[in-house]
Amino acid sequence: MLEFPRWKVITIALATLIGVLLAVPNFLTDEQIAGLPDFMPKSQVTLGLDLQGGAHFLLEVDASGVIENMLLDKGQTIRDDLRDENILHRYRLVGDNVIFTLTNPEDRENALRVIRSSIVKVGVSLSSVGTDDVIIADGSGAVINVAYTEEAILEKKVQSVQQSIEVLRRRIDGTGTKEPTIQQNGADRILIQLPGIEDTEAFKIIFNETAQMNFHLTNLAVSQEDIFRGRTPPRTTIYPSVEKDEAGNPMRLFAIRDEVMVSGEDLTNASYSMDQNNQPAVNITFNAKGGKQFADATRANVGKPFAIILDDEVISAPNINTAILGGSAIITGSFTVQEANDLSMLLRAGALPAPLEMIEERTVGPDLGADSVEAGKIASILGLAAVMVFIVLCYGFFGIVANVALTINIFMIFGILSMFGATLTLPGIAGIVLTVGMAVDANVLIFERIREEMRSGKNVLSAIDAGYSRAFGTIIDANVTTLIAALILFQFGSGPVKGFAVTLAAGIFTSVFTAVSLSRLFIVTWARKRRPATLKL
Amino acid sequence: MLLKLVPEGTNVPFVNARKIAYAFSTLMIIASISLYFTKGLNFGIDFKGGFLIEAHTEQAADLGELRSITGGLGLGEVSLQTFGEDNQILIRIEFQEERSLVEVVDLVQETLDSEYSDNVSFQRTEAVGPKVSGELIESGVLSVLLAVGAVLFYIWIRFEWQFGLGAVIALIHDVILTIGMFSITQLEFNLSIIAAILTIVGYSLNDTVVVYDRIRENLRKYRKKEMPDLINLSLNETLARTVMTSVTTLLALAALFYFGGEVIHGFTAAMIWGIFVGTYSSVFIASPVLLWFELRREDDQPAEGQEVLPPQYR
Repeated sequence: MLEFPRWKVITIALATLIGVLLAVPNFLTDEQIAGLPDFMPKSQVTLGLDLQGGAHFLLEVDASGVIENMLLDKGQTIRDDLRDENILHRYRLVGDNVIFTLTNPEDRENALRVIRSSIVKVGVSLSSVGTDDVIIADGSGAVINVAYTEEAILEKKVQSVQQSIEVLRRRIDGTGTKEPTIQQNGADRILIQLPGIEDTEAFKIIFNETAQMNFHLTNLAVSQEDIFRGRTPPRTTIYPSVEKDEAGNPMRLFAIRDEVMVSGEDLTNASYSMDQNNQPAVNITFNAKGGKQFADATRANVGKPFAIILDDEVISAPNINTAILGGSAIITGSFTVQEANDLSMLLRAGALPAPLEMIEERTVGPDLGADSVEAGKIASILGLAAVMVFIVLCYGFFGIVANVALTINIFMIFGILSMFGATLTLPGIAGIVLTVGMAVDANVLIFERIREEMRSGKNVLSAIDAGYSRAFGTIIDANVTTLIAALILFQFGSGPVKGFAVTLAAGIFTSVFTAVSLSRLFIVTWARKRRPATLKL
Repeated sequence: MLLKLVPEGTNVPFVNARKIAYAFSTLMIIASISLYFTKGLNFGIDFKGGFLIEAHTEQAADLGELRSITGGLGLGEVSLQTFGEDNQILIRIEFQEERSLVEVVDLVQETLDSEYSDNVSFQRTEAVGPKVSGELIESGVLSVLLAVGAVLFYIWIRFEWQFGLGAVIALIHDVILTIGMFSITQLEFNLSIIAAILTIVGYSLNDTVVVYDRIRENLRKYRKKEMPDLINLSLNETLARTVMTSVTTLLALAALFYFGGEVIHGFTAAMIWGIFVGTYSSVFIASPVLLWFELRREDDQPAEGQEVLPPQYR
């Protein structure tokens, strides 16, 4: 009875010590942490955006354009192949299908062979041989229906989301933001958290611009009149200028050849610079392929204008005075310094593969965050003090032991949160305060049980022993049910609610531990030393 | 002298009052459900979609002037209220089909900067699109249902199915009454309230399980006792603990309610209500309803003298 084997004492003491040590960095300044010896833990609890201020964005990747382009490309590839085999046909896009209509139905077998040879495997990995990217759906005689498989479309979507994340990361890094979180959220969403950012205005540009830039030749054959009427020859499209008049209409319209002269993908660098008139401009450098294409195109078109198109708007349309051979160029437009800086940042980071739609946005100013931290601190301290006084009033010496356990409990919650790098949110603070109220529960269960056992005539030592052992099952059952609620909250909750679930769950573990091990160790050690004849409980 | 909230030898005949409790609870449940359908809930933007701006003015905010400015924005109905202090305001704007999330906040900021007589700084802005809010409702409802289901399962495994059913009846009672409270007070019902409801579920269960544990123990200890007496005894034996834990939790919550700031006001209000409802339901509902179901006690009797207590800690 009342035996506490040495290994158990050591384990409890060690667990407590580690728990408390893990919490220590939270109470130190950065310099003090840097001065800690190597064996000491250094990670702190991260404050949630609601406590330190910052911005939270949820973006959805609209991959429909990407999917349509993928279909167009595939259709084009197959057309080229069919043409090489002299198979006459027409084709059109219907939904997710490309439909080929053969001029001579007897070409069907040949055409099918050509189409089959264009099939590429997708989703190939170590564990999977992959799936065909297209299926030849149905159709008979002259009609062949080619559709993308779900796997191929899914893979493309996943790719666009991942590429978008990469581009966003480079863009956000380009702005010098500290510790941004950029992660995939669900199938086609991206979650971005920028701690400490107050002016979200500056960030809007990061999400709003896809920044697809291409160089095209202008089609001089189209008259101004035709441009205004929207009449264009084949493979020519009308684009507006980026400059707008007061009513918001474009200042000019351009007839642009669809063929890409040089693609923005072939840029290696872009930086802010000045043109010869000391106006803000953007200096761009091409890679070898882009440099050669640019040199060839400018050499062949001296004296003609070309257009630089960014996100379907013409930023400038300069004349080619001489062939540009050096692999770099300067884009001039009517930029402000800020615009030129932003554009060079966007070009460096690369284009987004698909447009993004903002579906959720939350920002908290740093003042409000600081207020919340302050309010949370005051509420926690007062709540804790009230509970502690009450417990001592009710249980005397045992209450003091419970309070020591409770204090260690709070350190351990912070220890666990720091160890997992969890985020502390305002509801999370509420979770801790609530845990304080509920952590006492385990002690109360034990103390009340000891009282009962004493009443039934047991002596002090066996009452203590019975109290602890009989209350244990109840404590476990009661806490597992709360833990279930916490786990479900964690699974389904988002943001601050998740933070609440984490602290609640951590609190359940630490309060059970401190009540059934730590306070038991204290009480039992005390009882064995003093051998009290009666208990003031 | 130590404080004892529940004196020794207390013997309240809780079970005898069960008819009154059932009638009272039925009434409350009917009231809550009809309130929900007539008055509805004051859904926050988490569930409704739209915009919320918490702003700070230097002088006390002139709500009349602010209303006329925001009314002229062409953003439909804009609701304004003070939030805690008289220079803190909450602006709520319904979801805009035509404008992006970003544009609306910018528009309000620019208009207030140029037209309102005082400096307005935005402390917090939230914008939730309808797609997200729909999903948040779904996952909120799903999580409450899942929690109830998981608990039913756990108690069924650990006790008997009768206990599981009793606990779930009490839980549903608590959830409905909490929703009723939000309907009558029109406190904002947002994501953190779902968290509060799940915590109430956890708390109420905690209470119920402690009593059930004792009922199970007493079932083995007193073979001849009538069920109502046995339940009464168990309730009274655990009463001190029930009251103590409620009081300590309420103390902690009271501190949060008064000092924790406006943002978590609704959350703590829900929790405080939930502690009352959860404590009431585990004493007056969860335990007496066990009488509805035949509790087995003869079949799985252990042999005389054998240890019959729950798993022990040695």
